[in-house]
Amino acid sequence: MIQRAVEAAGITTVSITLDDSITKRVKPPRALHVSYGFGYPLGEPDNIELQHAIISEALELLTDAASPPILIPFQIESVS
Amino acid sequence: MASIFKLDNLYRFFMKAYPVKTHTDTPITPLNKALTDCRIALITTAGLYLNEQKPYNERIIGGDCSYREIPNSLEIQSLSHGHRSMVYDTSGAKNDVNLVFPLDRFRELEDDGKIGSLNRRHFSFMGSITKPKPLINETAPEVAQKLEDDKVDVVFLTPV
Repeated sequence: MIQRAVEAAGITTVSITLDDSITKRVKPPRALHVSYGFGYPLGEPDNIELQHAIISEALELLTDAASPPILIPFQIESVS
Repeated sequence: MASIFKLDNLYRFFMKAYPVKTHTDTPITPLNKALTDCRIALITTAGLYLNEQKPYNERIIGGDCSYREIPNSLEIQSLSHGHRSMVYDTSGAKNDVNLVFPLDRFRELEDDGKIGSLNRRHFSFMGSITKPKPLINETAPEVAQKLEDDKVDVVFLTPV
């Protein structure tokens, strides 16, 4: 809901979502779905590599060729 | 204390009944410049606040729709956690606040030249809002206006 308001104001947005069912209802323009527990959108505490991987994939959605709403699952395999 | 697994299932059950409007449209603002030229701000719903700021009000029926400004210069481990949800596990974020508000990670991207710059301020709300009308009509547009005033290009959101 916050994301929709910011995007409607003319600012490009991307979010991390922990629950894709609610994201499908709210339809924000761009969201990366991560399969971690609530309270863990960036994966794991002190796992800098994983946190950067999640941020990187999310930022890639900003220039995704697909038309919003874009909802993509995080590819955990990309983190070694 | 309930396990994270049980809390997660409880939360997912709660979310099925979450009173959120099902939208048919999506607002779209395409990014028209390179990320290396963009000013970026963060928004979290982790209920973070500075020690000198007023804590969120856990007694408001329907949830506290207010927000707190977080200066970009802040040492983020000094932030307080005020989330009221019984099913949101705050233990990870209390160890490493980047888990819900990844400012240190974005500082690293800024230092590496992968993003243009970070905005002078960021924002936190508290989630678990079951009556979002004040959020939709007042506080979210207010924050959007502040970000527009700051000439922010991209906002990265971490709902928890």
